[in-house]
Amino acid sequence: MQTKEFTIKWGMAIDLDKCTGCGACMVACQAENNLAPIADASNKIKVMNWITVYELSNGKPYPEHDVAYLPRPCQQCGHPPCVSVCPVIATDKNEEGGIVSQVTPRCIGCRYCMAACPYHARYFNWRDPVWPGGLEKALTPDVSVRPRGVVEKCTFCHHRWMAAKDKAIVEGRDPMDLAEGEYVTSCTEACPNGAITFGDLNNEEHEVAKLASSKHAHRLLERLGAHTQVYYVSRREWVLRQLDNYLEDEKVKG
Amino acid sequence: MGKNYSLPADHELFPEGTSRCSLTKFSIWMGLVGAVALWGLYAAFRVLAEGLGVTALDDYFGFGLWITFDLAVIALGAGAFFTGLLRYILNIDPLKNIINLTVIIGFICYSGAMLILVLDVGQPIRAWFGYWHANVHSMLTEVIFCITCYLIVLIIEYVPLILEQKQLNKIPVLHHIAHNLHVWMPLFAGIGAFLSTFHQGSLGGMYGVLFGRPYVLRDGFFIWPWTFFLFVISAVGSGPVFTVLIATIMEKMTGKKLVSWEIKTLMGKIAGAMLLVYLVFKFADTYAWAIDVLPRSGLTFDQNFYQTIYGKWLLWSELFLCGVIPCVILLTPKLRNNPVLFYSAAFLDCAGITINRYVFTVQALAMPVLPFDTWETYAPNWAEWGASALVLAYGAIILSLSYRYLPVFPQERSLNATKSN
Ligand code: SF4
Repeated sequence: MQTKEFTIKWGMAIDLDKCTGCGACMVACQAENNLAPIADASNKIKVMNWITVYELSNGKPYPEHDVAYLPRPCQQCGHPPCVSVCPVIATDKNEEGGIVSQVTPRCIGCRYCMAACPYHARYFNWRDPVWPGGLEKALTPDVSVRPRGVVEKCTFCHHRWMAAKDKAIVEGRDPMDLAEGEYVTSCTEACPNGAITFGDLNNEEHEVAKLASSKHAHRLLERLGAHTQVYYVSRREWVLRQLDNYLEDEKVKG
Repeated sequence: MGKNYSLPADHELFPEGTSRCSLTKFSIWMGLVGAVALWGLYAAFRVLAEGLGVTALDDYFGFGLWITFDLAVIALGAGAFFTGLLRYILNIDPLKNIINLTVIIGFICYSGAMLILVLDVGQPIRAWFGYWHANVHSMLTEVIFCITCYLIVLIIEYVPLILEQKQLNKIPVLHHIAHNLHVWMPLFAGIGAFLSTFHQGSLGGMYGVLFGRPYVLRDGFFIWPWTFFLFVISAVGSGPVFTVLIATIMEKMTGKKLVSWEIKTLMGKIAGAMLLVYLVFKFADTYAWAIDVLPRSGLTFDQNFYQTIYGKWLLWSELFLCGVIPCVILLTPKLRNNPVLFYSAAFLDCAGITINRYVFTVQALAMPVLPFDTWETYAPNWAEWGASALVLAYGAIILSLSYRYLPVFPQERSLNATKSN
């Protein structure tokens, strides 16, 4: 399976032992990326959240019971299941730091990419977006709002990278060589526990590159071969086992 | 000569030498079907006006009833291209007695599927992007190309039949067009067979390439996923008997014999032979899936099934009850010649293919691939049922009008003359 590789590979390392499941990342993402609130949010598989926090359990009774929380943004796969299936190239994996793009004005809303993504990272605009009570005045100006009938997803706050690059250009620096922290996603910034680390996986100087190569780092559904750019870090074996479909007799790596 | 007032008011339009029910009776029937169509139109209107939020689809089930319905009718409509291929290219002459019906059913199935797709895509106005920004790597692109081209071929195949309507055929120019189109029919049958094979295959391929969905993943045979071939063969293994079932329902409703038993059983035998080929591959495929794809994905066979709606009974029904049993009946002359067994086999065959398309569409998405995810369930709501009913009603309207006014069944006169003798 071929993986697309680029000079810069933006990636994330999420420490599951630090995450408390507070949901600040979800809220930050919602506000930053102009996600319209849904009138009836009781159907949790019809709501709009580019990042979702899952609750994991070791399934044991108290006092051995243990839980972990797993925030799941788009995994920005190196070999994305969604890209090759889109009939109109509305989603692509290009040299934009290895971020899987989503061109909403081109999306025809067939939802084939949603069917392809095992991470449930893609969301459909089931209804026209409505911002109640003048909330539209607080929209992020750099992020376009999406109409009804298209698929959208986490872009690692791509607009923030654009802004960071612009700033570097204005200051006469190389926009392709940003220092750590110059460009981070809104969820990274909002996490009160520092569970999310963001940066260039190809840059040895960046913390995320070090974390990603640690023996406690695993990726979701690694064996499917999507080569994701989001790494999960935990020192608990039962947590790591839940990142991929380990068969009973298989030993967890690391 | 005085007028015969016992004939229906529109009898001048009937095909030569045939009789039809009274216009009142026909209007009542059309009114009933029209009421269903109106309900469906209302559902369609709501979906287009308010968006897909009015359906029961969600972010887990982006594909639901409509896609199942589309895949099923397209498979069952395969009688059109396959019978056309046998009749015009392989010269199996007796099939001329059912070819018109297969063309109409094919036309209904494909145009109906297109109607549903208009509702199912979130941005129908952008549907032409499939041509303009085509992604040649996507199986769906191939489906978009082939399905639209094939619908055009079906229209071309349907037109001569319309032009052969008794009154229209009196107009010399229309008569000539109809005649000349008939001469060209083998060419269109060939193009149709080519397009339809590829798009039936691509519909299967659409699922087989989903490497994030081990339930449907079937990696490559050269550049094609295995499901490409399974979908083609299963369609030709069920399409012909679907046509037979429709003909039989029409016979029951009109009280007339329309297609001879020999032709029906010939269609059954053809479908049975294709079903046998399909089953050999399907069993091999299921085995390979269980011992290769699943362990590679870290999943066990049992993990792919859940409660009743996604239970193993679906798989066993598809393989044995709706696969092996109809295949045996259709291929054994003694059993095939028993009408009850024959029609049951035809029905089971079509049901099996529908189950297959259902599990590929819905169960594939319901199955949790993330280890900490849970099974989700999906039940279509009124808007989805309404739109599907619209297509059924639309099909019934086209069939009813075609039967009443067009020379669809070449055997009708002789079969019913024999009956009255
Ligand atoms: S929903 Fe949009 S992005 Fe997804 S496959 Fe269809 S056209 Fe492409």
